[in-house]
Amino acid sequence: MTEQFSPPPSRGCSDTPVLKQRGQHEVFCGLTGIIWLHRKMQDAFFLVVGSRTCAHLLQSAAGVMIFAEPRFATAILEETDLAGMADAQQELDRVVSELLERRPDIKQLFIVGSCPSEVIKLDLATAAERMSAQFAPNVRVLSYSGSGIETTFTQGEDACLAAMVPVMPKTDARELLLVGALPDVVEEQAVGLLEAMGIGPIRVLPASRVNDEYGIGPNTLYALTQPFLTDTHEALQRRHAQHIAAPFPFGEEGTTAWLRAIADQFGVSDAKFAEVTDAPRARARKAVAQASEALRGKSVFFFPDSQLEIPLARFLTRECGMDAVEVGSPFIHRAVMAADLDLLAEGPTIAEGQDVDKQLDRCRDARPDLTVCGLGLANPLEAEGLTTKWAIELVFTPVHFYEQAGDLAGLFSRPVRRRDLLKLEAAE
Amino acid sequence: MKLTVWTYEGPPHVGAMRVATGMKDMHYVLHAPQGDTYADLLFTMIERRNHRPPVTYTTFQARDLGADTAYLFKDAATAAYERFKPEAMIVGASCTAELIQDDPGGLAETLGLPIPAIPLELPSYQRKENFGADETFYQIVKALATPMEKTARVTANLIGPTGLGFRHRDDIVEVTGLLMDMGIEVNVVAPMPASPSDIAKLGQAHFNVLMYPETAETAARYMEREFGQPYTKTVPIGVGATRDFVKEVAQIADVEPVLDDSRLRMPWYSASVDSTYLTGKRVFLFGDGTHVAACARIARDEMGFEVVGMGCYNREQARMLRGLATDYGVDALITDDYLEVERRIEELAPEMILGTQMERHIGKRLGIPCAVISAPVHVQDFPARYSPQMGIEGANVIFDTWVHPLVMGLEEHLLTMFREDFEFHDDAGASHHGHKAKLREMGIKEPSETGTVTPEPAQVNTGPVEIVWLPAAEKELKKIPFFVRGKAKRNTETFASERGVQEISVDTLYEAKAHYAR
Repeated sequence: MTEQFSPPPSRGCSDTPVLKQRGQHEVFCGLTGIIWLHRKMQDAFFLVVGSRTCAHLLQSAAGVMIFAEPRFATAILEETDLAGMADAQQELDRVVSELLERRPDIKQLFIVGSCPSEVIKLDLATAAERMSAQFAPNVRVLSYSGSGIETTFTQGEDACLAAMVPVMPKTDARELLLVGALPDVVEEQAVGLLEAMGIGPIRVLPASRVNDEYGIGPNTLYALTQPFLTDTHEALQRRHAQHIAAPFPFGEEGTTAWLRAIADQFGVSDAKFAEVTDAPRARARKAVAQASEALRGKSVFFFPDSQLEIPLARFLTRECGMDAVEVGSPFIHRAVMAADLDLLAEGPTIAEGQDVDKQLDRCRDARPDLTVCGLGLANPLEAEGLTTKWAIELVFTPVHFYEQAGDLAGLFSRPVRRRDLLKLEAAE
Repeated sequence: MKLTVWTYEGPPHVGAMRVATGMKDMHYVLHAPQGDTYADLLFTMIERRNHRPPVTYTTFQARDLGADTAYLFKDAATAAYERFKPEAMIVGASCTAELIQDDPGGLAETLGLPIPAIPLELPSYQRKENFGADETFYQIVKALATPMEKTARVTANLIGPTGLGFRHRDDIVEVTGLLMDMGIEVNVVAPMPASPSDIAKLGQAHFNVLMYPETAETAARYMEREFGQPYTKTVPIGVGATRDFVKEVAQIADVEPVLDDSRLRMPWYSASVDSTYLTGKRVFLFGDGTHVAACARIARDEMGFEVVGMGCYNREQARMLRGLATDYGVDALITDDYLEVERRIEELAPEMILGTQMERHIGKRLGIPCAVISAPVHVQDFPARYSPQMGIEGANVIFDTWVHPLVMGLEEHLLTMFREDFEFHDDAGASHHGHKAKLREMGIKEPSETGTVTPEPAQVNTGPVEIVWLPAAEKELKKIPFFVRGKAKRNTETFASERGVQEISVDTLYEAKAHYAR
């Protein structure tokens, strides 16, 4: 079925000069990743060492509070903690002991750095080592930074996973590792397809429980499922694991290319590959065709948010018939983004970083049919008559692989259809 | 260091944002790292505002910290002035910028902007959102308002409303109407929706109506002192308070106390026989001090509830609330620890909670109905319809809102009669609610599927003596409707422990019932 793809563009965006902007960034910080990470890792607890702002961000970004007591909390720094460093470390020990006493079910604790903890140079790495020794073998304590001065939104997940790689045991086994916190349903689909091709054993990072962990070594082959996992990528390289480069598995094309790249490494025959993928590919193609009807010939403008922008622009332009006007991303890492940039036809402005007011000017000038942006901008732009898709949903919703390809197109087409549906004026 | 799961208030700079966002032609330049922009979505999503908050964030990063972050602030402030051309600016730091001590106020001064740039000192590691709003409004008033000749006719300012305020939008309309009926015009409403030039005219009014002490009390005191403007102490939430408010205003303004209560339906709704079932319902109140105080009075005097506990999360109102709690014969819970509030509610086992969106979650977990009376609130508490809390219509709205989560009167009787019915049992919840509330029994074990109770008697530790529920008594307890079961359990245990009874039998249960009958 490969021949059914549109041919790759004669010139992709790999060589397009990038518009680099430095100004107000209208994005979340890396702490936000805790919202989905704490659900994915069921024996983990995330303790942010930060300010009231951090705690407020976490509950606001979650949108709604979760009824159960969440597996995350903030150790809010107070005036007394800022006075002397020794104090702060002791305080942290006290808070962690209190927490672990109350939650004996916790097997891994992530101490998460924030802007204030970074600025006062609170050494959380050493604290984590000390506590790991103290609470071993019951609890493993790791630290990473989710601060806004160092991480943007999805980079928090990256920092978390990257912190886990060095402590994994060593192995020489030839295993496939899928990297990225995906919703269970999506993860199971990916594993199912790969296993049907005879590929295995398959590991996932993050594993849902600490005891499910496995080793890493030079025979580990890994594929990233999310484009923002660049530090994790580098951490895996340092463990001599081998990267399987591929476009990201969004849409039918992305999923096929991603699976194909893995299949090639494991010597899967074309016939076997076709046998496993033909049916879901046909379903995905049909679903995308239906869901993208409202999108064909329409223009799209991406504000930077999750680093998913380039692969999604590739999906929308190549599979849904849209024209990209501007594709903004907080960061563009060539090493992991090359395959997607090659497939994205030359034309759109590729922007890295942000100066939000200037970008809003460009967006208003372009009057795109669909604007993909964060929650702070969506309603104001709707009020100006622009149709928007709020970006955070793309991170919180199962959108990877074949069976979700139609849903992914649907996320973009719903706001467009909605605008057509609403009749709020008097009848003629 | 304080371990925190959920917070009732944001940091103080969010309070400053609430003031700036409520205002027109005001701009806030906030020295802050990337990520602090999350606060924009409180306004654009929760309050559904159709404009971005007028806030410029300097967005410094780790690599800037070794070098000069001050120029970032200066550039951002200059660019913000050029782009938005506000009448005035407020400048300040978020929690992280406070640590790097760039002094936004001093920096703004060196820019020589042709507009006032008002510096804010909001200590992020000591204070919280309400303080931030109150202090910001006070600084704005202090910087922009001057003593003026009073208007010829009697006028008043309404002070306190902000962006993201619980029903502020509609309370303004209601209070404006109350004053108008007495022939008093409104001079300025601030901070929302005033502009800096409106603020400059605050001094013209004869007095101030302090709508929300949480956000405007410091400004009210300042204007009393500097402009000779008295301010109202009664917050007109509830029928009685609205009548008191009218009296107070009449006295201050030297006019006739006039109240048009032709649309007031609340007292009759409360008196009508259908409301009998509300009598003595045990309620727990939690929220900001002002709303809790006003709602406690409504709960006891206007709904006929029994107030079994109350508390507030803002320490600024602790003294007032402690005093009030004494009048009600309960202990005030002054805390911003969500888990502590949850524990207190669990202990008291009220039949209803009047709280914030946080208590709504506690209620959901414990299976206790909850109505929202105070910030923090969520998107559903910014309704499309007119729904004030203050004045005549506010009283009507409150009656409806508080009754809604409860099982209706006749329904309650039927549930009691037919509680063993497989369809119409008490766990089915109120019929006018779309979905079944998930109930968590308060320390009561579910009977197994065959209907038998666990053979082990449940043990309760109520002090020195261990009290044991015998299986038959425990089964009998299950027959009591869920909305009073917690109370029955507690009463029975108290009754038993007071008498040194260690085993609760069916008889003990009914003796306790008779003892507490009213």
